[in-house]
Order: sequence, then structure tokens, then C-alpha cells
Amino acid sequence: MASITLENVSVSFPVYSASTRSLKNRLIQSATGGQIRADTVSQRISVVQALQDINITLEDGDRLGLIGHNGAGKTTLLRVLGGIYEPNSGRVEVQGSTVPLFDIALGMNQESTGYENIVLRGLFLGLSRKKIHAMMDEIAEFTELGDFLDLPIRTYSAGMQMRLAFAVSTSVVPDILLLDEGIGAGDASFLHKARERLERFTERVSIIVLSSHSEDLVRSMCSKSLLMEHGRVVFAGPTDEALERYRAMRGW
Amino acid sequence: MSTDTQHGESSLLIQLQHGLKREQFERALHDIRTGWKRRELWMTLGLQDVRQRYRRSKLGPFWITLSMAIMVLALGLLYGQIFGQDLHDYLPFLAAGFVIWGLIASLVNDGCQSFILAEGMIRQLNAPLSIYAYRGLWSTLIAFAHNIWVFLGVALWFGVDLNWNLLWVPVALLMLFLNGLWMALFLGLLSARFRDVPLIIGSVVQVLFFITPVIWKPDMLPGRALWLDLNPFYHLVEIMRAPLLGQPPVLGNWLTVIAITIIGWAVALFFYSAYRWRVAYWV
Repeated sequence: MASITLENVSVSFPVYSASTRSLKNRLIQSATGGQIRADTVSQRISVVQALQDINITLEDGDRLGLIGHNGAGKTTLLRVLGGIYEPNSGRVEVQGSTVPLFDIALGMNQESTGYENIVLRGLFLGLSRKKIHAMMDEIAEFTELGDFLDLPIRTYSAGMQMRLAFAVSTSVVPDILLLDEGIGAGDASFLHKARERLERFTERVSIIVLSSHSEDLVRSMCSKSLLMEHGRVVFAGPTDEALERYRAMRGW
Repeated sequence: MSTDTQHGESSLLIQLQHGLKREQFERALHDIRTGWKRRELWMTLGLQDVRQRYRRSKLGPFWITLSMAIMVLALGLLYGQIFGQDLHDYLPFLAAGFVIWGLIASLVNDGCQSFILAEGMIRQLNAPLSIYAYRGLWSTLIAFAHNIWVFLGVALWFGVDLNWNLLWVPVALLMLFLNGLWMALFLGLLSARFRDVPLIIGSVVQVLFFITPVIWKPDMLPGRALWLDLNPFYHLVEIMRAPLLGQPPVLGNWLTVIAITIIGWAVALFFYSAYRWRVAYWV
């Protein structure tokens, strides 16, 4: 049983400049107290209100799309769901194993071989070494990289690296999957095979939250969507309606 | 996205209030515990960090050993002359001191970088933050495993009395790493917010190297000055150096180190439970 509950979640970001990050400036600031008012104004920290009063409830089988402009708060929301950002206020309750797949190549090392990188990616996904070795053959076979797997991946083409990352990342099925702009799969010849695997993979995940600018992708994967603007949810409901409103918002 | 400004100080205080709840303390402990369980990941990352530094070089990580050996020999011969010391005595002392100091300095300095260097991963991976602290400790341990051979070589050459006191070495090592962990959590946190901290700490460590008896012996000080005993790093070095040189452990050194460990952990846990949740925003 996987579930996600967000209640009145708000997130604000401090935006630090070099001067506010400097301990010296902070010390001088506190030493001079409120005396130099004119100066302290320039030392204020800007705060970006990235999410405001978000309420979401998701249960098994839910596929939620997040749509909105750049900077509407989609990625921040994904990070809150993944437990990376703890909100300033509000309640977050997530049940089930969560895997944020924002960058499927995260942690891959250019100097290590393909096999070593399979292990590394697997460890990042929370698998044990033993489990990874048990799945190694299946993953290696899927990548069709053959002997290349014994070479450092800096010798690979971008497409080959993509295949490797894709194969490992889709080998463990989490309860909750968080996606930023879907999962890329590399070159065209591989695409068909990848799509099949991706479908089998996503079918078994119990909750998916997908943030994307691609209307087709959201429509094909998600039945429900949230339309976001300025860190707020402007509309929640069927994907088609959300996309329509999004278009109207952009003035189409 | 709306923006507004507010005073930095008050926002730190608001965060502190949020962070001081009981559940935050439990989460911090949970973070440290589950981080330890992910050791397959951080051991791999730590080893990778060491390899990365020496990749494609002929000697690989044994450059660590070699540069330490050169340093010990060069400084040993020079300062042995300056201080008028018997090399039989002085060189093993210096080798042990250098190796231990290298370990402590790297615990402190790398501790500052634990979260800053992991910026990309922290923002993309929902793993406990403490894994980045453990990762740094692991690379430090690997470097130490390369350095200790320099001391062993010198000790064997000069016939240092290696006796049962050596059994204290692993205990001392454990103690140093226990301190290294709170330093990585606390200094890492502080450095993620205030980017001057690693620079300040770096220069402090450099000064401490000369104040702490590493290249000079405590008995060279006329009348054993008080500030020697007040220097925590003296005790940290001494608990490990004494057994390496075959001397029995000194109670005073151990008690001080135990006190440092307790106080350090108390401070680190306070700040870690108060501000751990902000680290992802700071890096």
C-alpha cells in the first residue's frame, strides 16, 4: 500500500549571495546591530516562495501529472514528495519506497567500467550489492553493450551511456516513482525495446508523479493533473481539462 | 513564484524553532543510523574519491605513501639537526606524529566539505545526509591505511619497541573517527551555510600543526607549558602516538579525548537536528 498525503505544504527558499554566505559579514552585521540601517537593507536575504499551501492525496494506482511554466514549482514539489526538501510548514506523509528519477545517470562515474557503473547506479537506487549481482545478467543483456561493459564508460557514446543508465534505473520497481520530464532512452533503434520495458516498469509502480512540458507525455501517462502557477495549485482534475486551461493561460 | 525579503537572522531563528522539535531530533538520529546501513554505497563512493585523485598515475594511491615518506625523511633530517635530537628517537616520533596529524587534519578539513561536495547528489537523491559524512571518513581511512606503512617502515628500521601497547592503536583510531563523524556532521552543516568556514578552519588547522607537538617533542618545552594541555589536538594525537611508540596510554589524555567526544557529539547533535532539514536548500 503506497500513499501520499500533503497538507498545507509551503516551501520557501533563501537565495544566498556571496555576502550573506560570509561569516565575517554576519558577525559584523550582528556587532553593529541596528545602527547602520542603510547598510543592513542591502544585506537582506531574498526569499523565494516556491510552494504555497499545497494539498495532495494520492493512493495506489494514481498517475499524477504536474504542468506549469518554468519555475511554477513542479520540481520543488517533486523534491518535497521525494523527501529531499522538508517543507517550512505543513505536513507530508509518504508511505512506500520512493525513487526520485530526475537524472537517470546520477552518480555514474566516467572512469569506471560499465559493470562497475551498473553496481554504482544500483547502490544509488538503494539495492544491495548481492541483489545487483543477481540482476546483472539481465541488465547487461538488455543494454546490448556486450564487451563494452568491460570498458570505462568515458569510451561510450552518449547514446550508449543512456542505455546503461536506463537499463539499471528501470530494473527496480519502487512503490512511488517521481519523474522529471520522463525517462530518456537514447537512440532510435533502441527506442522500441526501451518503450516496452518502460511500459512494463511503470505498470508495476503503484504511484507515479510526472512533471513535464510535453503534453503528449502527460496525456499518455497521467489521468489526473495539477496545473501550477507561482507555487500554487491553480487547477486539479482530469488531465485534458488541465491542459486546456494551461493553453488558455499561455494565451493560445 | 513570489519573492519577498526578510532578515537573514530572523529566518535562521525561525528555522531553529522548527528544527528544535522532538521529532527532528529523532529524525537526526534516524538519519545517522540509516546512513550507516547504506555503507555499501558510501564505501564505494569513498574508494572512488581516492581512486579519482590518482587515476592513470603509475603509482596510484601509493603516491600518498611516497609523499608522506619524503616529507618525514626530509623534515626528520632537518629538524633532527636543528633540535639536536638523536635520530633513533626522533624519526619514529616524527613519523608517527605526521601520520596521525595527516589523519586528524583530513578529518577536520574534509569534514567541512562533506555536504558542499555532494551538492548534486543531495538535491537528487533521497538518501540520509549522513552518508556524505561517512563517505569522507572512509576516504580518510583509506589514505591512513597507505600512510601508516611509512611509520611501520621507520619503526622497523630504527628498532622501535613494538609491544602489547599496540593493542591501544585500534581503540584510539576508533576514537578519532568517532570524533571525525561529529566534525563532518557539524562542520559540514556549518560550511554548507557559511562558505567561509572551510577557509577559516583550513588556516586554523595549519596553525595548530605548529602549536601541537608533531615536529617538536613535549619535553622540549621548558616547564611543560599549560597551553600544551589546553590544546585538544595534543590529546587527540597523543592517544594514538603513545601506543605506536610502545608507550603505555596516559589516563589524562584519554579522559580529555572522551570529554571532547561527548561535548562534540552534544553540540553536533544539537545543530544537526536543528538544521539538517535545511541542508538541501543551502548547498
